[in-house]
Amino acid sequence: MSDAPPHPIAAPSGSSQPGYTPFPAAGNISDADRENLRRHGVLMTSFEELYNWGRSNSIWPLQFGLACCAIEMIAAATARFDIARFGAEIFRPSPRQADLMIVSGTVTKKMAPLVVRLWNQMPEPKYCIAMGACAISGGPFKQGYNVLKGIDRFMPVDIYIPGCPPRPEALLNGLVQLQQKIKGEKLTGPHAANFTRADKPSEYPIPEYGAHDLEPTKNDTVWAPPGQKS
Amino acid sequence: MTAHPHAFLVLFLAVALAFPLLLLGVAWLWVKFFQPAKPGPVKNATYECGLEATGDAWIQFKAHYYLYAILFLIFDVEILFLLPFAVTMTSLPAGAIFAMCLFIFLLAEGLVWAWHRGHLEWK
Repeated sequence: MSDAPPHPIAAPSGSSQPGYTPFPAAGNISDADRENLRRHGVLMTSFEELYNWGRSNSIWPLQFGLACCAIEMIAAATARFDIARFGAEIFRPSPRQADLMIVSGTVTKKMAPLVVRLWNQMPEPKYCIAMGACAISGGPFKQGYNVLKGIDRFMPVDIYIPGCPPRPEALLNGLVQLQQKIKGEKLTGPHAANFTRADKPSEYPIPEYGAHDLEPTKNDTVWAPPGQKS
Repeated sequence: MTAHPHAFLVLFLAVALAFPLLLLGVAWLWVKFFQPAKPGPVKNATYECGLEATGDAWIQFKAHYYLYAILFLIFDVEILFLLPFAVTMTSLPAGAIFAMCLFIFLLAEGLVWAWHRGHLEWK
């Protein structure tokens, strides 16, 4: 258990993925020694940590709103909540330049292929925040014939933000959680992040409009019905 | 010996070349060592707000618009010369005023020709 961090902040229990540690050990120096050095004005870091620190503080979201949650997302960008404090104020109008997709609102079945296509067109490393009950599970419109019951049926979602809609502070909290997740990512080794691996997909199958539902109704590689997860 | 007064331009040029080359080189090394490129048919497709792009990017543009461009140029060039002409008109010799009138006449002739041909009618 050499790669298990001593003080993980966001390590999910029972997961093999290590969580974010404020000062991951570099080489043979323990975190306590590093912290001690830091107090004496010697900052030791690793290339990986520097890289993750940089990109976690400049997450560019895709300018893209679906429903009422988008209003809260817009509010988060305004002066009162000011998402710029976290370096994520540059909402890009093109997926080519975006790092983060905030699925803000109800995903209708008509919109779902477009969302997945936009996701596919984003370059890696890319992250997805499912904002609000609708994006997570369909929310109050779950029983609607035209509502997708959660965008995670087709795309990998990194952060779920519950709420209907979540307040801008909740979105900011989700962003901070995502930053911590990014800071815990590995560039090499067995737990290396997906974007560093050639065998991990960057594109996900785009569902098509069927007679009654999307075809397929879900992507089995990213989502399984509750209770059927292995 | 003092450096040439414009020697700093060479420095500017060197930095202007080195800076983008350095960034591109780092990006190239990054792809080589850490992040494999993953191009794909959807990823490389034309961005059309999530919709599938249809049709051809090569569209036909109405060639007759060149007439409007030329007509615009008549007034555009005219105002460019008329303004300094108007400022210094009282102190100009007769020859210069005659040359200016000739110039305006040439432009006005073009306008009259276009008007006569019916190019001022929006079709």
